[in-house]
Amino acid sequence: MKHLMIAAGLLSATSAIADDKPQLTVYTYDSFVSDWGPGPQVEEAFEAVCNCDLNLVGVEDGAALLSRIRLEGESSDADVVLGLDTNLITAAKDTGLFAPSSVTADYALPIEWADDVFTPYDWGYFAFVHNADTPAPANFRELADGDTKVIIQDPRSSTPGLGLLLWVKAAYGEEAQEIWAGLADNIVTVTKGWSEAYGLFLEGEADMVLSYTTSPAYHLIAEEDASKAAAAFDEGHYMQVEVAAKLAGTDQPELADQFLEFMVSDAFQQIIPTTNWMYPAVTPSSGLPEGFDTLIVPEKSLLFGADEAAAVREQALSEWLGALSQ
Amino acid sequence: MAGRAQPVSPRPGIGAAALVAALILGTLAAVALRAETAGGFGPADWAALRFTLTQAILSAVFSAGLAVPVARALARRRFRGRRALIALLGAPFILPVIVAILGLLQVFGRAGWISDILGYFGLPPIRIYGLHGVVLAHVFFNLPLATRLILQAWQEIPAERFRLAAQLGCNGIAMFRLIELPMLKRILPGVLAVIFAICLTSFAVALTLGGGPRATTIELAIYQAFTYDFDLGRAALLSALQLTLTAVAALAALRFSRGDGFGAGLDRALRRWDGGAPAIDAFWIIAAATFLLLPLASVVISGFAGLFEMPAIVFRAALTSVIVAAASTAILLMLALPMATAVATGRYGIVELSGILGLAASPLVIGTGLFILIRPLANPTALALPVTALVNAVMALPFALRILVPAARDVVTRNGRLALSLDMGRKTFFIRVLLPRMHPQICFAAGLGAALSMGDLGVIALFADPQIATLPLQIYRLMGAYQMQAAAGGALLLLLLSMSVFWLLDRGGRWHAEA
Repeated sequence: MKHLMIAAGLLSATSAIADDKPQLTVYTYDSFVSDWGPGPQVEEAFEAVCNCDLNLVGVEDGAALLSRIRLEGESSDADVVLGLDTNLITAAKDTGLFAPSSVTADYALPIEWADDVFTPYDWGYFAFVHNADTPAPANFRELADGDTKVIIQDPRSSTPGLGLLLWVKAAYGEEAQEIWAGLADNIVTVTKGWSEAYGLFLEGEADMVLSYTTSPAYHLIAEEDASKAAAAFDEGHYMQVEVAAKLAGTDQPELADQFLEFMVSDAFQQIIPTTNWMYPAVTPSSGLPEGFDTLIVPEKSLLFGADEAAAVREQALSEWLGALSQ
Repeated sequence: MAGRAQPVSPRPGIGAAALVAALILGTLAAVALRAETAGGFGPADWAALRFTLTQAILSAVFSAGLAVPVARALARRRFRGRRALIALLGAPFILPVIVAILGLLQVFGRAGWISDILGYFGLPPIRIYGLHGVVLAHVFFNLPLATRLILQAWQEIPAERFRLAAQLGCNGIAMFRLIELPMLKRILPGVLAVIFAICLTSFAVALTLGGGPRATTIELAIYQAFTYDFDLGRAALLSALQLTLTAVAALAALRFSRGDGFGAGLDRALRRWDGGAPAIDAFWIIAAATFLLLPLASVVISGFAGLFEMPAIVFRAALTSVIVAAASTAILLMLALPMATAVATGRYGIVELSGILGLAASPLVIGTGLFILIRPLANPTALALPVTALVNAVMALPFALRILVPAARDVVTRNGRLALSLDMGRKTFFIRVLLPRMHPQICFAAGLGAALSMGDLGVIALFADPQIATLPLQIYRLMGAYQMQAAAGGALLLLLLSMSVFWLLDRGGRWHAEA
């Protein structure tokens, strides 16, 4: 172990000498940095303009990302964190580790965005995805009354799972627990994360799976397969807004600001739709890629404010557990 | 007794055990000390504890119970393809969790093969989700391991005992009672404890097959405490609970598995004269093979198309995985051999206990603990691969010990006195007697360790670097990017690689496996 550490120390030392450009470290979730995510293209595009070395570090998912930052505290190597969502903003601000930013843009979000710390870079609506040739219920009550089978993710271990929890809460308030009790016999199973759920859905294990309204765009654009659709629910769809912020302890504050500005520019935003499969926060001048126009657009957008989301989460979770543990 | 001379020194083993214990308990302490608040248990935790214990006990009992007739049938019968079957039986154990879940449900799910056949006859699909589904999945993972461990114990019975029993006119029942039952009594407690410990830390499998939050395990609560609540105190407390439960199970197993071995034999080829009931043996072999191989077949079938769609980066990840597995296997043997030797000289149950804790240690706690410990010294991301190799070795250690300890004990009791009377040096005994006589077990342990390391996601996700990924991590990334078909191809590649490594290492030492 000791030898390994020495070896690794030497390795990192030599790489530091070889590179005298300033380095900007951005922590994000793993699927962002993967070869199929936005990471590689974003790195190339930013390094072309910044005369710096962009170091993307992937951490499992948004929630794990925030935990990593809290674990590292003020001595974190990260200059920027990219990949939290509105449900995590309050907890993130409470740490006092994030610094305000002055970035503004002409956002294409269906809601007003006013946060002095976090800058949005993409967003989407949660939705149940189904095979286009089978009918889908029009709302949660219809789903609960019918025998359509769904697979969902656990709100204790997955971001979409938490999104669904807040979706039902935002749409039904006091009646949320009753809705969940009605849904209990429609839920085939609850998975740890999105990948298990979506994989099981594709295997035919359920009629619908919790995902995003943009999921059918992947099948349409990347696989030329128009067989998937998202079900439009008339009580509205809960949103996920993904955000980034600069850390207060960064040693590259100017570079971090430059990255956040770059993040809301065309160069970054046009990469998002077909790599992260979400809507860009600012519509690039080239518009949305072909295929996105086929997606359903919810009539009503639901979203708790950051503080509200943090406040209702605990109660919504215990209602969910109570209704589904019978 | 206290001063009895031993043919080998237990000291390196005690050192290795101390190292392992320091890693497991040290990382736990690092997490606990970093906590901002003291953790406490809520009512939901007690429910999680109840469910965790219930499923772990049931899974252990069913896995070990069903493994006995399967192992007996495999020990008694010689048929074409037996070697390949035994090797293939190891496969479920080494699949990444997510791949195994998809494979299992392709067979047993609502839209699975069995439900399809039932539907053909107008019957409703089977209901797999629930406690029985969790147990079924855990039996799928652990039956092969239990079978291999028990089969090995069967094959370690000297052929002379069966010859003598046959000469004395023992029938099948008497032979079972006199030779096989005492062997089972010695081996089963350890097997039960290991499987119990594995199932104790189940999370994604238990939740998915359990059908919802009723199937919440302690490991899920640890995950939640780490990521969503950032309550390190609670995570450490829950992890300590897992370790305690495993320690209790392990101590109970050690207590019940005392007893003498069968003494020395001449390593003759095994021949059995109690050839009765071939139909029953055939039933068990066919039933187990069908149960275990069907989900594997579904992994192969769904992976085949994706195999040709995989980007080059997947192959690079495969190479990384092979290197990590090789390093991990080397570390594993360096820890396990001295530890098994120490246990064999007696009085060192604590060494075995420290080895089994690796199973109950939550990977999340070890990973986070290591992260906290390494960070002040070096960049943890740069150490992703060495750390993964080390943690994989510690996780495989309990299996290696279960394989190595009985054999080491036999060698020491059979050959120890002679070596002492010849005044053979301890090092000479270790190199010239112990290692050659344990060759088959060492190869089996190495094969299992390498295959496990290959398939395990381990802690790499906590340290991940975009440029470095192991094959399991790359499979998860493909799935996260909607590329389910390419991911299925990656899973098939992983299956093929792991099986090849296992086969290569294990066949070097296969014993009494003549077809």
